[in-house]
Amino acid sequence: MNFPAELRYTKSHEWVRRSGDKLIVGITDYAQHEISDVVFIELPHVGQQVEQGKGISIVESVKAAFDIYAPVSGTVKAINTTLESDPAIVNQDPYGKGWFFELTSSKPSEFESLLTRDQYESMIRQSAAG
Amino acid sequence: MTNPSEDISHLKKLPLHAQHERFGAHFGAFGDWYVPLYYTSVIEEHETVRNGVGVFDISHMGEFFVRGKDARRVVNDWMTNDLEKLSPGRALYSPVCRENGGIVDDVVVMMEETDQYMIVVNAANIEKDFAWFDSHRKGEVVLENASDGMALLAVQGPQSRPVIQALFGIDLSPISYYHFVKFDSQFGEILLSETGYTGEEGFEIFCSVSKVLPLFQRLMEAGKPFGLKPIGFGARDTLRLESRFLLYGHDMTDETNPLEAGLGWTIGWTKENFIGKQALEAARKEGFKRRLIGFELEDRGIAREGCPVFVEGQPVGKVTSGTHSPTLKCGIGLAYVAIEHAKIGQAIDIEIRGKYTKARIVKTPFYKRANSSLSKGVS
Repeated sequence: MNFPAELRYTKSHEWVRRSGDKLIVGITDYAQHEISDVVFIELPHVGQQVEQGKGISIVESVKAAFDIYAPVSGTVKAINTTLESDPAIVNQDPYGKGWFFELTSSKPSEFESLLTRDQYESMIRQSAAG
Repeated sequence: MTNPSEDISHLKKLPLHAQHERFGAHFGAFGDWYVPLYYTSVIEEHETVRNGVGVFDISHMGEFFVRGKDARRVVNDWMTNDLEKLSPGRALYSPVCRENGGIVDDVVVMMEETDQYMIVVNAANIEKDFAWFDSHRKGEVVLENASDGMALLAVQGPQSRPVIQALFGIDLSPISYYHFVKFDSQFGEILLSETGYTGEEGFEIFCSVSKVLPLFQRLMEAGKPFGLKPIGFGARDTLRLESRFLLYGHDMTDETNPLEAGLGWTIGWTKENFIGKQALEAARKEGFKRRLIGFELEDRGIAREGCPVFVEGQPVGKVTSGTHSPTLKCGIGLAYVAIEHAKIGQAIDIEIRGKYTKARIVKTPFYKRANSSLSKGVS
């Protein structure tokens, strides 16, 4: 499974990419494998205030509905509307075309405390072993 | 994403569990069983069965044998459907009802001889059904629960016939829908029926648990030229729902009767007697309050089991099964709805996570294969 080194991660399997003063958020390769067959995504609204760890998006796969959490507190600046017409793109390109939303962070320290690639990868390995 | 870590220590594993692991299965709970949900993708596997051929390991299912001088009379008493439709080598789908008409289980009865039957029951109901049959057993009848010793593979899809032919090298021409043959093979005694839960042409192979590994390996080899792939329980659900095959414990329970469930065609009204006949006759005469309908979502989303159904803001029922239809590419499902609203074309709202989602009551099955002879089995 592929976990790019330049991204930060959450225990709940979101990834975060810093781009200037914005944070782009999506779900990891591990998450899209577990969710499988994404058929519908409910995105947050642009301008929505979000709080770290709160569910702000829902992914429906054939299997079940999954909550996607805000990795940091802040404001939603953009959403990926392509996901509404082509949700399967999350399975095909989770780190690229399958991004979910863009945030500005209100507490910069929250980003710094997110998992690094190595930390996230070892967490996945442990849960697979367990 | 939340990743619910489920406690699986109490769950039973299928006899081919290691094979499913080898094929890269993602596992999950189905009742008391830890089963493959999918190997690659539910949608891909769904399409494999609709267009090619796939194999399901459904060894969790239960098998009972009923033998003895009075077997025919007793089994006919247990079943709402009429055993008059059976002759040796034929199978029959039937609900089993309580005196009050509530459904104990839905089963397939296979008639081997006039005094010898196999009943295929749902895994979650094995103990309940055994106790039920045992306490409603009269005369010279032996009831045996053979579930633990029997494995069951379902080979389903338009390419299933050549795969079965290549596997056993037998003439399949005498077998047609809801017929079966029993024969000896290098994998021991085999019962092969043309039955299934997918809406496609397909076969089910009953064999001993001790022979299922070599049988499975040979099957995968024989199926290779036809693109045979293992299929998980995820696609089993989307396939059966598109074909409007009901799932016990969801679309029917001890609290629903076959009339409400749209299973009127499985009731042998002309039979002298069967358990539940009086209650069902009364329900037919007096009418019933709700009916199981099929719906299609007009908005995007998936309405799952338990979602409330509304007509003009009034609660009228509940979803019992719901999924995304890979064939129709929209949300579909079944719901019990108050009888006055249970009409084709009726607009309904389904509450999903606190929000109304527009849907419409539609004709079922949602999907029917071309040139299908298999809408109702031996009805």
